[in-house]
Amino acid sequence: MIPEIGHFALILALFFSLCLAVVPLIGYWQKNPTLLYTARPLTFLMSFFVLVSFLVLAFAFMTDDFSVMYVSQNSNSHLPIWYKFSAIWGGHEGSLLLWVLILSGWSSAVALKIHTLPKDVGPVVLSVLGIVSLGFLSFMLFTSSPFVRLMPEIPTDGRDLNPLLQDIGLIIHPPMLYMGYVGFSVAFAFAIAALITGNLNSSWARWTRPWTSLSWAFLTLGITLGSWWAYYELGWGGWWFWDPVENASFMPWLAGTALVHSLAVTEKRGVFKSWTVLLAIFTFSLSLLGTFLVRSGVLTSVHAFAADPTRGIYILALLIVLIGGSLLLYGFRAGQVRGSATFGMTGREAWLLLNNILLTVLTLTVLLGTLYPLIFEVLGLGRISVGAPYFNTVFSPIALLLIVFMAVGPLSKWHKTKASVLLKACLFAALLSIVLAGAVSYVNSLGSLAWLTLSVAFWAVLLTFKDWFDKVSAGTKGIIPRARQLPRNYYGMMLAHLGMVVTLIGILLVSTSSYESTLKLSPGESVSFAGYEFHFDGISHVEGPNYIADSGEISVSKQGRFVTLLTPEKRFYSASRQVMTEAGLDAGFTRDLYVSLGEKLEGDAWSVRIYVKAFVRWIWLGGLMMMCGGLLSALDKRYSTKVRGNNA
Amino acid sequence: MHAIRKKRLITIAVILFILSAALGLVMYALQQNINLFYSPTQIASGEAPVNTTIRAGGMVVVGSVHRNSDTLDVTFDVTDFKHNVRIQYRGILPDLFREGQGIVAQGKLMNNGIFRASQVLAKHDEKYMPPEVSDALKEAQKKTTTKPSTSDF
Repeated sequence: MIPEIGHFALILALFFSLCLAVVPLIGYWQKNPTLLYTARPLTFLMSFFVLVSFLVLAFAFMTDDFSVMYVSQNSNSHLPIWYKFSAIWGGHEGSLLLWVLILSGWSSAVALKIHTLPKDVGPVVLSVLGIVSLGFLSFMLFTSSPFVRLMPEIPTDGRDLNPLLQDIGLIIHPPMLYMGYVGFSVAFAFAIAALITGNLNSSWARWTRPWTSLSWAFLTLGITLGSWWAYYELGWGGWWFWDPVENASFMPWLAGTALVHSLAVTEKRGVFKSWTVLLAIFTFSLSLLGTFLVRSGVLTSVHAFAADPTRGIYILALLIVLIGGSLLLYGFRAGQVRGSATFGMTGREAWLLLNNILLTVLTLTVLLGTLYPLIFEVLGLGRISVGAPYFNTVFSPIALLLIVFMAVGPLSKWHKTKASVLLKACLFAALLSIVLAGAVSYVNSLGSLAWLTLSVAFWAVLLTFKDWFDKVSAGTKGIIPRARQLPRNYYGMMLAHLGMVVTLIGILLVSTSSYESTLKLSPGESVSFAGYEFHFDGISHVEGPNYIADSGEISVSKQGRFVTLLTPEKRFYSASRQVMTEAGLDAGFTRDLYVSLGEKLEGDAWSVRIYVKAFVRWIWLGGLMMMCGGLLSALDKRYSTKVRGNNA
Repeated sequence: MHAIRKKRLITIAVILFILSAALGLVMYALQQNINLFYSPTQIASGEAPVNTTIRAGGMVVVGSVHRNSDTLDVTFDVTDFKHNVRIQYRGILPDLFREGQGIVAQGKLMNNGIFRASQVLAKHDEKYMPPEVSDALKEAQKKTTTKPSTSDF
């Protein structure tokens, strides 16, 4: 009975989303304040019923209700309780429900803040969000309801959650990723509302900015968590594979990064207006495209869940209607929102324009590489795969160039910068960073590519701090009061830019200074490797809640001194009959020791993979810094309603 | 007005320059890094290029897996149930690799007809068949069943 309540709640949510998508818009055209006013309660009603249906599904998982097909496919009575909860989004239907839940969460947040918007704009924003909800709720109800029952033959136990997903990283990774992805729907709704109402001034950018920064921060965290998870869970020690599913989340991030920057220009200078609107549409479209790629199963990928053509076609249609509709609207209305203000070729606007061009180009190259196999196949040219080398070759130089300019932007002034001032600072920083990077590369005998990359990294750090120092040392007040006076927005930017550099250094060093080896080891044998001695003590048998495992013990020492004991496992999950590799890891600030078991060979011997990964943690540390930067700038005082008048 | 026009011109020139540079880079990288998939039948008929990085795949033939007792060398055959290809690999095979399972290997076909794999991929789902492999199987099947009737066309 209870699962039917969930299904019914979903139908009610669909009904309210339909009302939300239609009624306030009619109210807008008829200038009827009563109809406009319904937007807020309708949003809350829709969100409430989505929440009810999510809780019902959660209840079904917690109580092992295997009469629900989705539960029986993705859970098992022996599954630990926290994985039962995360199993809610372990498959197609549940992750869609999570998607919709998060969308209604964002919609409700906008509804709560609606008093900060003009009376006729807020309801239109909510209405646009309602249209998106309508699309996804109907998709769920018509093609992939999580509440389908297996009656009357109820399975005695479930097929278990995919062992790969039984991990702490996968409990928090999808919700964070979706928070980001779906959060861009708010920027999208603001853009569409601006096109509909023609109300596009600098306050439009100020409303949109905190929402965009917040979504961007969540998406950054989600991608970082995903990369960290892939590193320790897939057992190959890689942290990014350019897998289509990774690209699906990375493209909105790139476009979202561009959006965060162009919104800054639109808010401060009132230029790039129509471009910013287009970018907001583009960013959310990429989120939708990502959902399509992942959910329809059109791509060859390690993440593939399901391949059901009706779902693919429905979501493709949804994609075309939403993206096509908004681009059509843009085509008709964008002419009216063109800004009258001009921008200076030597000012900060020009640097941010360059930022936008480069980020857009990066997005397009990733898009092309991701869709190329699809296009190839549709044209009947055969099956191909675009390898990681494509992405590395194309992405790296453009991204490096972007980081070079990243440091210059903040240093320049709005509208106009004296070229001589800028040139002097840059020249000094360039010389210093090249010399410093040269010294570091020489001492550690790294190649010329590392020299170049490190130069860029040092240059960005130097200029970022120089800018901060210029700002706090100007004027008569002391450094500390001045530093406190700088807005959170500024520190957010600083942190995010420094995070970018930390990630860059991590990527560089992990790819140039890591060691890896695959070998055959028997108990009692040891191997010397990258300055460490790995001794294979033996294998013991371990029993987990829903698996049995061979657990290896490998003690690591350096120059005779014990460092750590690594215990990689080879697990066999009995319900799903799958084998899983669990790596043995010793994390460190400058290096990770990483061991994973391959196969059992003749006798007691095992094939073993050993890695010493240099500075790999820096990649995710940088990601966390970028996330904090995004949060910090979303929380800037200028966006809070109380001081709105003063800063306008 | 003139200044604005000049500014626009510079902006467009910069965009065009960056776009064309990126496009050049993309073309170059795509040329080097596209790996076509070939089925065992295509390889047997000589369609697949030699010494070029390609992908090959099929079902692992039961009983064909041989390991070297001293090294991590392993050989096995994959089939689309019409033709077989022998694959040579050194290293650790993925968790889901087993006899009777569909796999895809990336590597180079050597002159002696043996495929030397640098990477072996098996999907992380028991029921899931790599789409390349299921296509290849269907293709091979179709050829067998339609052969007697080809004269009709």
